[in-house]
Amino acid sequence: MLGALIKGLSTTFKYLFKKPVTVEYPEVKRPVRERFRGRHQLRRFGNGMERCIGCSLCAAACPSDAILVVPAENNPAAPNSPGERYAARYEINMLRCIFCGYCEDACPTNAIVLEHQYELAFYDRKASIYDKSMLLVPVEQGHGDIPPVLQQLNRRPSPPAQIDL
Amino acid sequence: MDFWIDILILLVRCLVLALAATTLFAYFTLFERRLLAKFQHRVGPNRAGYIPLPGGKKLFGGFLQPAADAVKLFFKEDVVPALADRWVYLMAPGFAVIPALIIWVAIPLGDWPSGLTFSDGTAVNWLHYAPIDVGVLYLLAVTSIGVYGIAIAGWASNNKYSMLGGVRASAQVISYELALGLSILGVVMQSGSLRTEEIVNAQLGMWNIVPQFLGFIIFLVASTAEVVRSPFDLVEAEQELVGGYNTEYGSMKFALFFMSEYIKLIAMNAIAVTLFLGGGYLPGIKEASIAVTASYGATAGNAVLGLLTLGAFLLKTTALSFLSVWIRASLPRVRYDQLMNLGWVILMPLALLNVIITAVFGVLFPVGDGMAAWMMGGIGVIVIVLTTVLAAPKRAKRGVTLVRSQASN
Repeated sequence: MLGALIKGLSTTFKYLFKKPVTVEYPEVKRPVRERFRGRHQLRRFGNGMERCIGCSLCAAACPSDAILVVPAENNPAAPNSPGERYAARYEINMLRCIFCGYCEDACPTNAIVLEHQYELAFYDRKASIYDKSMLLVPVEQGHGDIPPVLQQLNRRPSPPAQIDL
Repeated sequence: MDFWIDILILLVRCLVLALAATTLFAYFTLFERRLLAKFQHRVGPNRAGYIPLPGGKKLFGGFLQPAADAVKLFFKEDVVPALADRWVYLMAPGFAVIPALIIWVAIPLGDWPSGLTFSDGTAVNWLHYAPIDVGVLYLLAVTSIGVYGIAIAGWASNNKYSMLGGVRASAQVISYELALGLSILGVVMQSGSLRTEEIVNAQLGMWNIVPQFLGFIIFLVASTAEVVRSPFDLVEAEQELVGGYNTEYGSMKFALFFMSEYIKLIAMNAIAVTLFLGGGYLPGIKEASIAVTASYGATAGNAVLGLLTLGAFLLKTTALSFLSVWIRASLPRVRYDQLMNLGWVILMPLALLNVIITAVFGVLFPVGDGMAAWMMGGIGVIVIVLTTVLAAPKRAKRGVTLVRSQASN
């Protein structure tokens, strides 16, 4: 019993001289893991076009119904995105979001990505809704080429249902 | 006229003592929190107040934390449960705090002769408020009165968890009082006096911890149990009793319980210093004060003696407080049957044995025999080792024996 007591006390005493494993948070921030799922970003292509084509698959995939997409037709003269449509409104309610990453999986153009920002506190519920202007990355931060399947804006066929008629 | 001046001086001294004890408590909580954090690989509270140093370094991080805690507790809502026994409920924190504060008057915190005398002719020592004849008995009595606060708080809250906490506290304190008293009895026999200052003076040659090593260990364990502190904190076992006796207390009333607990702990450490570690004296302090007296006069000499003894006393108390925090950080809480077993079956017989050893040595050897003291200390160590070996919980034998299966085909 004495041995056990001394062993216990000496163990804690050794820990007295070690560096703490905790960090002083607001000043020191630990890097997150590569696959950490934090705040979302809406990405762009290399030429600055929005990757989001307004398909709403992310909203459909979202288990907590946190995403609102209101699509609109692209203006052919000055398109926002390759393809027919773009997201006129894109909102994510960060209070509802559970950061599961299903939207990321559902997106056909890799437009929505969960990034590493995790400081998502707000003072009121209104502020918890992140709109497109907050989510979209700046123009110069685009990357990647537009896939050929989306480059058919000019030879858009007539509505398929009308072909046979 | 003199009478009123004496009363005034006494009142001021009492105020100083009460404030000092409260401040000591406040900074003990910070000490404990920072130290526990270190033991647990954390940083601990270091935000509320610091002295900025060049280069972004911070000195004394968190030294305003106790003040911040006090302000927070003051502004919390003050609730009295509807079915509580209102007046008893409101008085309980006072019952807990007052004994914790009045313990301090009988502890010689140092030796600062004032040159004044009490009406019965004894010299007034600024750092020893009440040099009463039965100082040790007073300390024992007051430390055990403190449990009334806990017991009636548990009863008056009208809550089963509080009640259980209060009952546990009473049973525990009554059980450990015996061992505590008997371990102190050894010191009293050693020094031949119940006056705390004479016990301190008797240790000028050799601290009581050497001849009374067994008693010191018993005192440490029993005093930890007496102030219901980890690993004997069954009174407020969070996993079982929510908060124990203070479950229904909030705001400043809770703070008073917290305060009484910690002041009692520090007081217990201070008593241990007084009884076993030579009080405020360290080698060289007397010589320093004599040297100062020779060159600057008696007042300066007395002041130097007082401040040095007070400093040494606080240093020793801090060392014991470190031990308390260390034990809290290391040992898990005991079970209730283990607690009672330790108190009645192990500590009390050991304390009796200590009394017997002290008596036998007191008869056989002259007072102040260094050799005998070391022999007593050695016997104490042997007894402790033997006890821990013999009384250690038996490791349960494996209940299942493996048997070759009898195939029944």
